Amino acid sequence: MSWLDHRTGIETAIRNFLYEKIPASSGWHQVFGSIAVFLFLVQAFTGALLAFNYAPTPGEAYNSLRYILTEVTGGRLIRGLHHWGASMLIVVVVLHMTQVFLYGAYKKPREATWMVGVILLLLTMAFGLTGYLLPWDNRAYWGTVVATQIAAHIPLAGPYMSRLLGGESAVGVVTFARFFGLHVLLLPPATGVLIATHVYLVRKHGVAPMPGDEVKPSKKFYPQQAFKDTVAIFAAFVVLFTMAVAVRVPLERLADPTDTTYVPRPDWYFLFLYQTLKFFEGPLAVVGSVVLPGLAVLALLLVPFVDRGQVMRITRRTVAFGMVALALVGWSSLTVAAIVTTPKPDNTVAIDYGAPTDWLGLSPQELAGIGYFREEHCSTCHSLGAKAGASSGPGPDLANVPIKKSAAWMIEHFKHPAAMVPGSSMPAIQLTDAQLNALAAFLLKLTPNNAEALAGAPDFAVQAGLLYQKSNCGSCHQVNGVGMRVGPPLNGLARRRTKTWVIDHFANPQALSPGSFMPSYQFSQREMDNLVAYLFALPD
Amino acid sequence: MLKLPKLYKMSTLRRSCPSYGESMALKEESDAATAGQSEITRRKFYVAAIYGMWSLIAAALAIPAGIYLLIPPRLRKMPEWVEAGDISELEPREPVEMAFRRNQVDGWKIQSEKSTAWVVKFSPTQVVAFGPQCTHLGCAYHWDDRRKYFLCPCHSSVFSIDGAVISGPAPRALDRFETKLEDGKLLLGRLEMSRGKA
Repeated sequence: MSWLDHRTGIETAIRNFLYEKIPASSGWHQVFGSIAVFLFLVQAFTGALLAFNYAPTPGEAYNSLRYILTEVTGGRLIRGLHHWGASMLIVVVVLHMTQVFLYGAYKKPREATWMVGVILLLLTMAFGLTGYLLPWDNRAYWGTVVATQIAAHIPLAGPYMSRLLGGESAVGVVTFARFFGLHVLLLPPATGVLIATHVYLVRKHGVAPMPGDEVKPSKKFYPQQAFKDTVAIFAAFVVLFTMAVAVRVPLERLADPTDTTYVPRPDWYFLFLYQTLKFFEGPLAVVGSVVLPGLAVLALLLVPFVDRGQVMRITRRTVAFGMVALALVGWSSLTVAAIVTTPKPDNTVAIDYGAPTDWLGLSPQELAGIGYFREEHCSTCHSLGAKAGASSGPGPDLANVPIKKSAAWMIEHFKHPAAMVPGSSMPAIQLTDAQLNALAAFLLKLTPNNAEALAGAPDFAVQAGLLYQKSNCGSCHQVNGVGMRVGPPLNGLARRRTKTWVIDHFANPQALSPGSFMPSYQFSQREMDNLVAYLFALPD
Repeated sequence: MLKLPKLYKMSTLRRSCPSYGESMALKEESDAATAGQSEITRRKFYVAAIYGMWSLIAAALAIPAGIYLLIPPRLRKMPEWVEAGDISELEPREPVEMAFRRNQVDGWKIQSEKSTAWVVKFSPTQVVAFGPQCTHLGCAYHWDDRRKYFLCPCHSSVFSIDGAVISGPAPRALDRFETKLEDGKLLLGRLEMSRGKA
């Protein structure tokens, strides 16, 4: 026995924990509880990391999350782990419950273990609900508006609930503080205590045996079952890590309480509840929002007291299988119905604010320049701000040129490459002077710092820039301080007008602005979508 | 994270913990008869796999966390020149504290903050602007007009008019802003750390 064990008993404690006796039938089906505990710890760890760079007040919250996503090294990965970890935790907790349910492992004397588990499921969902608000983008805001309204409709307790959640008048600073407090201060220790209780109860009663286990010798948890748990945890972690790296978590624009076009939608695991609400109207609404979910939770809690028969072989538990199948069909059809029947947001163009949006600071001419850069396939030979040491094409990297040439030099070079750079193998670019001007304007804006962000400008904005230039909008309007001021500047358009107004105005300006001498424009649907989305995204 | 103990050799256990060892010893003997060599190899494999996978998970969480916390965020804003004021009226070799506003990048915020610099005009073309903090522990120092030196009130560091350390605990000369002169106006760039005492 080592020095440390004599003083603390830690090694004995760990050994006692790991050499627990488990029934002979234990195996791969019992790994889900361990995965859930592991994922909870990952959530706690990544959550703490996010909190190190996060300001928990509305507005600031959004900016600090953007900072995590676009500037902090590795921030996108940490946020991805936390976001997808939440979804995965819900999945794993439900799988864990399903396994216990199918095997009838909740039976006497394990009723309390099951009931603590049900409460842990509710806590997991509470984490999802409160965490949803914290990015403070439009999605978060409107999702929470609906959630707090549902809470307000609970009979009798409704007004108190909404006061408790700070959502009495509207979702605002108080609601935000309450949700943040719940998410990081109250729920984690509560969950920790209940997990400890749950595990204690499992240890107290032992892992539930199957019929036939009583005649076989019991096994030890370590190392065989520990190995199975580890393999399962490892597999879950690989999936989680891959999702965090490969699947982008979108960040929408800053929460806008005045947005009348936004269709709120909860996270995928709440969609079935969201759909249930649609079946009950008027005074019956409370049935869908409170009564049915309440009954479902009650039914889950009472499962061990309803099914009190002898433990049976899993192959003979047809009723249990039937109920799981029924729940699965019910849940998935409600979820699919919710996805199908919810109208798509009317603007088909979505901007990912989780990526740098430096392109929003360019003039439309410079944006059009990105368009010509792409149309002429300049990137075949020229890279933009390649990392040091990365192999570049035959032409120089245009973000890292030691001396910036003037626009006039560049345009001459575009027309007669070899005349300006003897020996250059670059083909001449067949574009008009105005187009070459735009291309040069974009290249002048490039720095090693912004190259990656500018090169990643979304296609709709680039198309809008091209259209803006082709239609000579800049002869009357100003964007980001560039252009004439005959007509009104276009920054801040989103605050002054609705999208419908702007679209109608293009078709017939004089009908909406009497005395205006703006000509009417006939754009295709696609062009209109791009241009309006771009104009509405412009900074104020 | 879950901690896994090393696989204890049965002989060690028997020696160090008699009661535990005895029960294990009995089991060990009965096991040995039935299981044999393949059981031991399988056990070794399980233990190695458990350690291996947990190490990978720990690394996949710890390395990104270290990067996230330790590598400075990429700065996407270019440093800019700010105007500190007109220096054409300044007396030569008479330090003046000039106040100006500059945009400070602070995490996710860019704030316009009041900042100051001690400006010394040595000639119409040579102007030096010192950062406003003592290089010892960051106190604000001032120009002692009678004794003709910069004095820090905190721990009595003394700097000459060109920023060099004369006495006191300051480890290095006063920091200087990058400067540029345009039409008699002083433009300030980044604050650069000085090296050495002079």
